[in-house]
Amino acid sequence: MKAKLADRIATGAIIAIAGLIMAILAGLIAYLLFRGLSHVSWHFLTSPPQSFKKGGGIGPQLFNSLYLLVLTMMITIPLGIGAGIYMSEYAKANRVTDFIRLVVEVLSSFPSIVIGLFGLLVFVNLFQMKYSLAAGALALTVFNLPLMVRITEQALRGVPREQKEAGLALGLSKWKTIWSVMLPMAFPAIMTGTILASGRVFGEAAALLFTAGMTTPKLDFTNWNPTDPQSPLNPFRPAETLAVHIWKINSEGRAPDAPEIAAGASAVLIIIVLLFNLGARTLGRAIYRKFTATK
Amino acid sequence: MNTPVKEDRTAGDRLTRYPKHIREDWFGRVYVYLCVALMVVTIFSIVWFIASKGLNPFVSGAIGIPDLLLGHVWKPEGEPPLFGALPFLAGSASVSFIAAAIAAPFGFCAAVFMTQIAPKLGRTVLQPAIELLAGIPSVVYGFVGLSVIVPFLRDNFPGQGFGILAGAIVLSIMILPTVTSIATDALSTLPAGLREGSFALGATRWQTIYRLILPTTLPSLLTGIVLGISRAFGEALAVQMVIGNAPHVPRSLLESAATLTSIITLEMGNTVGGSLHNNVLWSLALILLLMTFLFVFIVRMLERRAKR
Repeated sequence: MKAKLADRIATGAIIAIAGLIMAILAGLIAYLLFRGLSHVSWHFLTSPPQSFKKGGGIGPQLFNSLYLLVLTMMITIPLGIGAGIYMSEYAKANRVTDFIRLVVEVLSSFPSIVIGLFGLLVFVNLFQMKYSLAAGALALTVFNLPLMVRITEQALRGVPREQKEAGLALGLSKWKTIWSVMLPMAFPAIMTGTILASGRVFGEAAALLFTAGMTTPKLDFTNWNPTDPQSPLNPFRPAETLAVHIWKINSEGRAPDAPEIAAGASAVLIIIVLLFNLGARTLGRAIYRKFTATK
Repeated sequence: MNTPVKEDRTAGDRLTRYPKHIREDWFGRVYVYLCVALMVVTIFSIVWFIASKGLNPFVSGAIGIPDLLLGHVWKPEGEPPLFGALPFLAGSASVSFIAAAIAAPFGFCAAVFMTQIAPKLGRTVLQPAIELLAGIPSVVYGFVGLSVIVPFLRDNFPGQGFGILAGAIVLSIMILPTVTSIATDALSTLPAGLREGSFALGATRWQTIYRLILPTTLPSLLTGIVLGISRAFGEALAVQMVIGNAPHVPRSLLESAATLTSIITLEMGNTVGGSLHNNVLWSLALILLLMTFLFVFIVRMLERRAKR
C-alpha cells in the first residue's frame, strides 16, 4: 500500500513540474508580448533611437540585425557545408578525425563572450576592421560554424545509402554524387537546421559587443552605395543590433521611456525568433513532402 | 612554328589524362579540406591569441598567479592597484552550480514525463515548449529577470533583489533545455526490457524510476548537468543584468555580486588596450577558456562511462 501511495505522490509531483515548466514558458511569452506589444508601432519599428528624449525607435537596429544575419550566413553556410561534407563523407575512422571532432565540440562550447573577445583581438584590431558589421559577421561565423557543421553532417547521414551507391554505380565521381545526389536529398534537413541556427544568431549579443560595436552611425536609407559610410549596406560601419540595443538600454539607457523601449524591442526580438522556429518547422515539413511525395 | 601546336596538344593531353570526374573530385577534396583546415586554424588562433594576451600580466611579473586566483580585493584604480579575481570566480561558480541544482530535478522530471508518463502529450506539447525556451535570446532572459525576478526578490526578501539568487534563477531557466534534452535522449534509448522486467516483478512506476532508471542513466544525466553548468558559466549578458555587479565575495545569495563574464563585459570597453587593468581582464578571459576545456574533458569522461 505504501509503495502505491509513493507512486501516486511521485507521479503527481512529476506532472506538476511538467505543468510548471509549461506555465513558465507561457507566462514568459505572455508577459513579453503583453508588456511589449502596446509600445510597438510602425513609428517604433522604423525611427532611430533617441538618447535623452521620449519616442525613440529601433529602426536602424532592426535593419542591422537582419543585415548582419545575411552577412553571417553568406560566410557560414559554404564553410559549414564543406566541413560537414568532410565529417560525413571524407573523414576516415582515425585519430585525425577524432581530433577534428574534438575541435568542433570545443568550438561549440566556447562561451560567446570569449568568441567576441577573440573577434576584438583578431578581426577588429589585427585585421583593422574597427567595430564593423564585417567583424561582427566573422565573429558570429566562428560562433555558428560548429552548429552548421553538425547540421550538415547529420543531414547527410540521413540520406539512404542506396542513393549514394546508385550515383557511384552510374560512374559519377564521388564529389558529383555528393553534390548532385546527396545534398539535394539532405536539403530539407539542412534548411530547417539553418533557419533554427539563424534564430540563435539573431538573438546573440555577447559576441557582438566588442566586434560589431554598440553604436550606429546616422544612416541614410536612400543611399544604397555599399562603399559610402552613411549607407546602411556598408559592411565596414559599426552596427548595434537589436539584441545589443536591449542590453544597452537596460544597463545605461537614459531616455525617459527606456523600460518601454526595452519591452517593445524584446517583444519584437522574441516574435522574430518565434517566427524563425515556426518557419523552420513548417518549411521543413513542406519541403519534405514535396521531395518525397508523401502526404 | 610548330611550338604552339605542340603546346596545344600537351594541353589537350593533360585534359584527357585528367578527365572531368577526376578534376571534380580534386575540386571537392580541396574544398572540404580547406573548410576543415580553416576550423582547426580558428581554434588554435583563439587559444593562441587569448593565451598570449592573458598570460602577459604574469610573464611581465606585474602580478603572480596566486595573487589573481586567491586575492579577494578587486581595486584596479587603487594605489597600488589590486587584482584579486576570487570574487568573480566565486560568483561564477555559485551561480552556475545553483542554477544546475535547480535545473537538474526539473529537467529529469520533464524527461520522465515525456518518456514514461505521457509520451504523446510530452512529444506534442512539452517538447516544443522546451525547444522554444532554448530559442529565446539571452538578453530577453536578462530583461525578464530584471523586470520580474529582481523586483519579486526585492519585495519578498531583504536586499536589493540583485544577486546570486536572481542570476541563478535566470540561468536555471536558460539551461533547462540542455539538461532536459540530454536526459530525454538517455531515457528514451533505455532498453524496453529493463522497464518491463521491473514492472513484471511488481514494482510500481516510481520504484522503477528511482531504483532502476535513475541509476542506469546517471552518467548521461550528469553529462547534461555538466553541459548546463558549462553554458551557465560562460553566459554573459543575462547574468550581468541581474547580478548587481559588486566586485566582492558575496556572503549571502541576496547580496550583489559579480562573475567573470560580467566583469569582462563591463570593463573591457572602458580600459585602455595594453594597460595592466586591460591585460588582467584578458587573464580572466583565459580562465573562461580553460574552464571550457575542463568542461569538455569532464563531458568526454562521462560519455565514455555512459557507453560502457
